[in-house]
Amino acid sequence: MKRRPPVWLLASGVAMAALALLPALYLVVRASEADADTWRLLLRDRTWGLLWRTLGLAVAVTVCAAAVSLPLAWLTARTDLPWRRVWTVLLCVPLALPTFVSGYVLLAAFGTGGALEEPLSRWGLPVPPVYGFPGALLALTVSTYPYFLLALRAGLLSQDPAWLEGARSLGLTPARAFWRVTVPLLRPAFASGALLVGLYVLSDFGAVALVQYDAFSRAIYVQYEGAYDRTYAALLGLALVVVTVAVLVLEVRLRGKAGYHRSAKGAARAMSPVRLGRWRVPALLLCGVVVALGVGLPVGVLLFWGVRGLAGPEVTVLGPALNSVLASVLGAVASVLGALPLAFLAVRYPGRLSVAMERAAYGGYALPPIVLALSLVFLGVQVLPFLYGTLAMLVLAYLVRFLPQGVGVVRSTLLQLNPHLPEAAASLGQPPSGVFRRVTMPLLRPGLLAGGALVFLTAMKELPATLLLAPIGFDTLATRVWSATAEGRFAEAALPALVLMAVSTLGVGLLVSQEGGSAPG
Amino acid sequence: MKRLLLLTLSLSLSSSALAAETLTVYSGRNEKLVGPLFKKFTEKTGIEVKVRYGETPQLAATLLEEGAKTPADVFFAQDAGGLGAMANAGRLQALPKETLDKVDARFRSPQGMWVGTSGRARTVAYNTKKVKAADLPKSILGFTDAKWKGRLGWAPTNASFQAFVTALRLLKGEEAATQWLKGMQANSPRVYKNNAAIIEALSRGEIDAGFVNHYYLYAAKKDKSELPVANHFVEAGDPGALVNVAGVGILKETKKADAARKLAAYLLEPEAQAYFSQETFEYPLVSGVKSAAALPELSKVGSPALDLSKLDDLRGTVKLLQDTGVL
Repeated sequence: MKRRPPVWLLASGVAMAALALLPALYLVVRASEADADTWRLLLRDRTWGLLWRTLGLAVAVTVCAAAVSLPLAWLTARTDLPWRRVWTVLLCVPLALPTFVSGYVLLAAFGTGGALEEPLSRWGLPVPPVYGFPGALLALTVSTYPYFLLALRAGLLSQDPAWLEGARSLGLTPARAFWRVTVPLLRPAFASGALLVGLYVLSDFGAVALVQYDAFSRAIYVQYEGAYDRTYAALLGLALVVVTVAVLVLEVRLRGKAGYHRSAKGAARAMSPVRLGRWRVPALLLCGVVVALGVGLPVGVLLFWGVRGLAGPEVTVLGPALNSVLASVLGAVASVLGALPLAFLAVRYPGRLSVAMERAAYGGYALPPIVLALSLVFLGVQVLPFLYGTLAMLVLAYLVRFLPQGVGVVRSTLLQLNPHLPEAAASLGQPPSGVFRRVTMPLLRPGLLAGGALVFLTAMKELPATLLLAPIGFDTLATRVWSATAEGRFAEAALPALVLMAVSTLGVGLLVSQEGGSAPG
Repeated sequence: MKRLLLLTLSLSLSSSALAAETLTVYSGRNEKLVGPLFKKFTEKTGIEVKVRYGETPQLAATLLEEGAKTPADVFFAQDAGGLGAMANAGRLQALPKETLDKVDARFRSPQGMWVGTSGRARTVAYNTKKVKAADLPKSILGFTDAKWKGRLGWAPTNASFQAFVTALRLLKGEEAATQWLKGMQANSPRVYKNNAAIIEALSRGEIDAGFVNHYYLYAAKKDKSELPVANHFVEAGDPGALVNVAGVGILKETKKADAARKLAAYLLEPEAQAYFSQETFEYPLVSGVKSAAALPELSKVGSPALDLSKLDDLRGTVKLLQDTGVL
């Protein structure tokens, strides 16, 4: 049933894809200035070494984050786990903490002479490694697993219970039914989570720099920071783009063409929650450990810093907090709206072009954020001078940066939505706009909310684009934290960082409370 | 009615005249450190200052991307390298002679494109519980001794460290610089992101000594005065005693050159120089202003005789750092 997409849908999809490809285009412009020497620099052994180290880290973090998130997503979406919504919110919070802060927190807690190093070793408990590969793995897993968690939860919440009931009625035990039905159906959610986590790791600079792991993005920063060499940095950036393309193609191949929506007749119902029984305690323990690492530890360290600085100069946070929320909400709305046409085209009108456009959304995602920010400076000054230096420019930057997060989640939700439902509504006399508003949108809600939450959380901590593209004087909580830590004034970093976490918690809490629908309880 | 209209008109005219006196500054220096100075400047001159704060290299890259269309009038950079990069790209205009002449020739651009506003000395910070001052080498070159194995920290991605390596290359030659870096590598120093992270690691006792700029220690001691960390100044003339500057340059394209020159001049007035000395613990560069009591005299720090504008050969330094496997 190959149909042609409506023109407006195609047009908005093309616009979004073009926008997302800008950073890569910018790199081509800059790289074209490279001389033979610079190219030779790129092709030496060290570049390959960096590439392997970075890819290795990306794969390891992706696997660990998926392994942590699957049980957490299931517990918070499908079971009678006590305080499910509270756990859901707390489990998402680490996403809002800038990774350079997570790095500092890790060192302050478990590093030599750190606050927890001595007590842990006194009780004979293992002290988590903080440096090199293990440190980077720990820091990045803790700060990225919510990408999986949100995608998997959205997947679980919109999954049709009929699948699982069918499997159970055919005699599968609950455990086998879970592995053979629930998990395979989550494949799109896994794929979107893996892309977000893996590509994020490729782009991360804050954490790898602090735990002293030499990765690709660090090499790119070195060129800007030390050598003021935009050309060589652009070549390194293009190398990352090539890797990204390879990952995206690979992911399409692996994903296959299976259908994920319900095909049976009748309406989908809410699923009754699984009773945990005696598994309740271990389940709570698991949630507790992850929240302790991702939220408890940073809050503890930040409080420790903050108490030290209580006598110090006062820090204003209200203005920056409002700015952060304003820019992040606008960024979240823009990214989810921008993601809709791309996800719709890819799912409802599959074909080379629509898939390529959806993939294009990831164009700049693996690039270190400074590259993306500079590409938008270039775009803003050359093409959109009337936007340059305004809030709209910042929101545009967030849209380009976070579009993949919207696309990933919306797409995986859309895949589980039976196309016959909107068709049935249309046959019952609903105009297309009515079908969209009354049938498609309500069914997409978990996905849209999850995508919005994701973008909101990550936009709250965004730094390079905010520093370079926000209106002058537009302070956010993240720029406050950065400003204090850059000069080693950790005491002054504590309050804005804590407020950043608190506001993010509130934001996600609000979204989770809106989840409704098939969420039990 | 007519009168009201006239009044409104004149008001709007005067406010737009005021608006013309708004300078846009890109500041690679921290808001906490220099924000109050901009306020004082506005109080004094009536010229409003809008500031984009960021990291010096990233703002330099931004200025290069923006090209002639930049909204910035003034670039206030944390180190001479950033200013040198802008001057080399032909993006700065010459400063008035009387402003330049307030500062010793070694702390300004020979072509007069930028001027240093405060000095920042390289030092060796050490943990006083683990190291005796007498055991610290007189020269930075002494740290390649095997007894320092596993005890040192550095920040090779940091601009101020790279400026120091450039000085080392210029003063002692490529070969000596290569040997020093290899010798340091053999002592497996811990790699930190920046000076602040080194001071933090020193206070936890993770390392015994680290290469930093002198004022980070005083900033850290503001939070926690009993930190067991102190600064060690290597002997005068040693590359490890390099004094780099933070400084200011005026963008070539600015339409507000007069106001921009006023700002540059203000930063060298006694009031601003005293501010750097007292509040940021940096060295004032205009004679007659005292350093903060805790610091040795700038003349005693003995920065090696070196033209700071030559520190712009950062490409060569980054390449050397990469060839020796430091980066």
